[in-house]
Amino acid sequence: MGSTRVTLSGWELDNPVIPASGTFGFGKEFSELYDINCLGTFSFKGTTRDERFGNPTPRIAECPAGMINSVGLQNPGVDHVIAHELPEMKKYFHKKVIANVSGFSVEDYAYTCEKLDKEDQVGILEVNVSCPNVHHGGMSFGTSPEAAAEVTKAVKAVTTKPVYIKLSPNVTDIVSIAKACEEAGADGISLINTMMGMRINLKTGKPVIANKMGGYSGKGIFPVAVRMVYQVYQAVKVPVIGMGGVSCAEDVIELMMAGATAVQVGAANLIDPFVCKTIVEELPAVMEKYGITNLTDIIGGAHHG
Amino acid sequence: MIQTKLTVTENIHLTADVCRMVLAGDTSAITAPGQFVNLKLDGFTLRRPISVCDYNENTVTILYKIVGHGTEAMEKLPAGTEIDTLLGLGNGYNTEKSGETPVLIGGGVGIPPMFNLCKKLLAEGKHPTVILGFNKQSEIFLEEDFKALGVPVYVTTADGSYGTKGFVTDVLKDLDYTYFYTCGPMPMFRAIEKTAKTSGQYSFEERMGCGFGACMGCSCKTYYGNKRICKDGPVLEREEIIWEAHA
Repeated sequence: MGSTRVTLSGWELDNPVIPASGTFGFGKEFSELYDINCLGTFSFKGTTRDERFGNPTPRIAECPAGMINSVGLQNPGVDHVIAHELPEMKKYFHKKVIANVSGFSVEDYAYTCEKLDKEDQVGILEVNVSCPNVHHGGMSFGTSPEAAAEVTKAVKAVTTKPVYIKLSPNVTDIVSIAKACEEAGADGISLINTMMGMRINLKTGKPVIANKMGGYSGKGIFPVAVRMVYQVYQAVKVPVIGMGGVSCAEDVIELMMAGATAVQVGAANLIDPFVCKTIVEELPAVMEKYGITNLTDIIGGAHHG
Repeated sequence: MIQTKLTVTENIHLTADVCRMVLAGDTSAITAPGQFVNLKLDGFTLRRPISVCDYNENTVTILYKIVGHGTEAMEKLPAGTEIDTLLGLGNGYNTEKSGETPVLIGGGVGIPPMFNLCKKLLAEGKHPTVILGFNKQSEIFLEEDFKALGVPVYVTTADGSYGTKGFVTDVLKDLDYTYFYTCGPMPMFRAIEKTAKTSGQYSFEERMGCGFGACMGCSCKTYYGNKRICKDGPVLEREEIIWEAHA
C-alpha cells in the first residue's frame, strides 16, 4: 500500500489535495456536502485588513475551457475571519488551514499576516501578491521581483509560521520573481494564480464582466501551470504548491512530476462541488496505474533523466 | 442541496423561444418555490441555473427561454438524456408573510417560479391573484395552467394584442392585495417598486459561478448586509433591496 502523504515545511498532509482560495469560501458550504476532513487541507477565502465588497457584477464570464472571475477579493476582513470564521470552521474542519492573505500596501500584508499568524488553526500563510482584479493592488507586487521580495520580507519579519508567496502568471519571467521571494525568506511558492482574460458579449458589443477584465482559470490554464511549476521548481529550493486548471487525480500527479509538493484545485470546485473528494478517493488507483508507491517520490520527477 | 442525475422525460416548445423541460429523479432537496436547479450540460464549462416552475416527489419542471448557446443546447436534448444536476439551490419564496390575498406578478421568463408558488399558497388556504406580463400574444405561456388552478389571472401585453394593453403595473395599480411576489426583468421591478402598496419579495437574476455560495460571483449589497444571490437569494425582501446596487 503506497502513501499519499506529503510534507509542506514540516507540516505533514494526508494527501496533496487542497482546494484553492476563492473557490472554497471558508469550507462551510462544502462541509454540508461531504466531510471535508478528507482533504489535505484547504486555502481559505483571500482575506484583507478591512472588509471588502469587491467589484460590481457581473463578475463571472464563461469560457470554453474555464471561466473568468472578477470578484475583487470580497471578504469580511481579518478581524471578522478570526472572530467568526475560524471558530465556526473548528466545528467542521479539524486540520490546520492555509490562510490566504491579500493587501494593498506592504503594511497591509504585514498587519493581516501578523494577526493570522497567532491563530493555532493556521498552518501556512499564503500571501497573494498576484490577484489581478484590484487596481493599485496585488498586481503590482507580483509583477516585480523587488516588490514581491519587499512583501515577503515584511511578512516574514512579523510572523513565525511558514510563508508561501502565491505568484501571478501574468509576468515575463516568473523564475526571477520566485527566486526573489525565496531570497527574501519565503518558505514556499504557490503558483499559478489566474491569468488575465476578457470576454465580449456579441449582442451588446460590451465586455461580459462589469470590470471588463478578470482572472481566467480552469482547464485551459493547466499547461501553463505545468510549465511554470516546472520552471520554478528548477530554480528554487523551497517547496512549490502547484495549481491552475487541476480537475482530476491525473492532473495532480502531472503537476507533482513538474515539481509541486502539493496541489490546489480551484475553478473545478465551482462546477463539481465534490471534485476534491473524488480526486482524494481516486488518487490511490491512479498512483497504482502509473506504478507510483509514494507520492513524494514523483515530486519534480520530470526533471530527472 | 444535492448533486444527482436527472433524466429528461419531456422537452417541448411552449412558444417560439420558451421551452418546458421535465426532469425525473430525486427531487427531495427542493424545499421552497422560487428555488433553482443548476444543470451541467455537455460541452459547457459552467452550469446553467434555471428556476423551478413546478415539482413533485419524482419530477421537476423547468421553463427556459432560448437566449444563448447553453439554452440552444438544452432545446436539443431528447427524452432520456441524463443531466448532472445540483438542486435545492437558493432560499426560495417565503409564504409565511403573504396574508390572505397576495398577488403574484411574473414578467416573461420570470413567470415560471410563480406557478409552484401559486400552488403552495393555495395549499395553505390563501387566495392568490396572478398577473402575467408579456410583450405580445404569441409569447404567452402558462396562462391556462394558472387558470386551471382556479385563481384570477390577468394577462398584459405591451402591444395590446391580448389582455390588458400595457404592463403588469397597469393591472397592479387597481388591485387590492395583502402582499406581492414577483420575478421578471429589472424594468418591471422598478415599475413595481413605484406602484406596489405592500411589502413583497423580488427574485433576482445574476451571472453565477457556482450557484451554491462558494465563489462570491453573484454578490449584492442589501440593507441587511452583503448577500449572495445564489445562496442567500435569489429572493430578497422589498425592505432590504438597495435599488441603486442593481444596474
